Amino acid sequence: MLKPHRFLLGSLTLIAIVIGAGAAAFAYTAGWFSPERLTPGRLVAALAPPTGPALGHRRNHAKGICFTGVFEANGAGSELSRAQVFARGQYPVLGRFNLGTPDPNAPDATVRIRGLGVSISTPDGQEWRSAMVDPPVFPVSTPQGFYELLLASASKDPNAMKNFAAAHPEFAPFGDWAKNAPWTGSYAEDRFNSLNSFVFVDNSGAGHVVRWSLLPAAQPVPISPDDLAKRGPDFLEQEIAQRVASAPQRWTMVVTIANPGDSTADPSKAWPGDRRTVEIGTLVAQKIEAERDGPCRDINFDPTVLPTGIQVSDDPFPAARSAAYARSYDLRTAEAKDYPRTATGTKP
Amino acid sequence: MIGVHQRFTPLQRLLHWLMAVCILAMLFIGVGMVSTTMPKYLPLVVIHKSLGIAILVLALIRLAVRLRYGAPALPADLPEPMKLAAHLSHYALYALMIGMPLLGWAMLSAAAYPVVVFGGLWLPAFLPQSDSLHTWLWDAHFYLAFAFFALVLVHVAAALFHGLIRRDGVFETMASVSVSTQDELVPAE
Repeated sequence: MLKPHRFLLGSLTLIAIVIGAGAAAFAYTAGWFSPERLTPGRLVAALAPPTGPALGHRRNHAKGICFTGVFEANGAGSELSRAQVFARGQYPVLGRFNLGTPDPNAPDATVRIRGLGVSISTPDGQEWRSAMVDPPVFPVSTPQGFYELLLASASKDPNAMKNFAAAHPEFAPFGDWAKNAPWTGSYAEDRFNSLNSFVFVDNSGAGHVVRWSLLPAAQPVPISPDDLAKRGPDFLEQEIAQRVASAPQRWTMVVTIANPGDSTADPSKAWPGDRRTVEIGTLVAQKIEAERDGPCRDINFDPTVLPTGIQVSDDPFPAARSAAYARSYDLRTAEAKDYPRTATGTKP
Repeated sequence: MIGVHQRFTPLQRLLHWLMAVCILAMLFIGVGMVSTTMPKYLPLVVIHKSLGIAILVLALIRLAVRLRYGAPALPADLPEPMKLAAHLSHYALYALMIGMPLLGWAMLSAAAYPVVVFGGLWLPAFLPQSDSLHTWLWDAHFYLAFAFFALVLVHVAAALFHGLIRRDGVFETMASVSVSTQDELVPAE
């Protein structure tokens, strides 16, 4: 027999071990022992300019303008996906034209990447959100690579970008596009691409790995960044507002279907040009609405908000984007007091 | 002591242990998912939402069962402060089991996120989008999660204290696998 006080000590030790192990496992799961883990917080923090994030704004694609319109599905997409949004019909759209910058006041001609976020609602109560951009490929293969790109871009080391490009050969096609592709003077003339692949699931339950693009109906007119700068720092917003006021603007939605063996997990790799494409409908921007207090400001264009019939693929980016966008949303909604609430507001 | 159970009813014990597994999984998934950008983020979020609704339903059933069948009395010789702590911590556990899923659902509603559970059931939003509501609900959900986990640890410590140190039968009211609600005395070793 153990002596009572020895037994008591043993019991207390056992309790302490159980509780301590539980707390430690919890802390480990939360990442408190893993400073190298790429958390949503670290990814979002790396987007901030040296002067710090613009409080109350999206942490990336901070400059933009809202619109409303419709998606006119022609019915051809129903062959690929059972989502109601592909059945022939018109579905309301809330969207946002934007610039890929963490600065909501960046002059238009200083931002190379343009984006388009849409949320399409269907009568079955479901929603499809997508955030697309105008480059034909993503700069990097993995979210970790994207984080390293952000660190290199922000680095004071003059060789940082050179070293990054050497370590990430997949960066070359994007770099080539950024340097050489013509600019346009209008969101209406830009093509927007999902870049990430997703899986469309049809009525038989079969999956089709796809990417999609919005092809502008308007003829692109090349313009140099210098000439765009001369038109004013907020020219794109003014131009799209006038253009849509005079006539609705259209983009054809084209779905590209991967062949077996295509790089579905790597958005830095374009698929060969001969892949099958299907035109599934038309996005129509009918009314431009102010960004400030507009209907899109408080929407997170999380690309993993998908209707039944669309799923994520083996592409790792939608998950990372969803996690980071949620972090950005949590931060900016908590900073709402710092956001210029009125149309006359200026810098936060 | 006719009518006073020595143990929780088998249904109560089943609900307790089922929910213990669910809640522990829920808390770990919660802190894990918000700290990762890996592909597992999405399935973790899906499980978190579905499990949250499951816990809400189980907690409401459990509350009804508790109101119907009650609980075994605490030992008469348990010091008053411990009795008070036992009662208050159980009120807090019930409040969190029911409140946390509602806070999470409300938080998603206030952010205008669709709430999809169990592989395709779209739950209605019951709040309008609101930055201030979202922030308040997010803070509550976040900080109460840590309070919940701390309370679970205290609960486990207290259970072990009863089972190992006081050996007053409180641990056995819930730990027993017997289908009987009456105390079946086992000969002491």
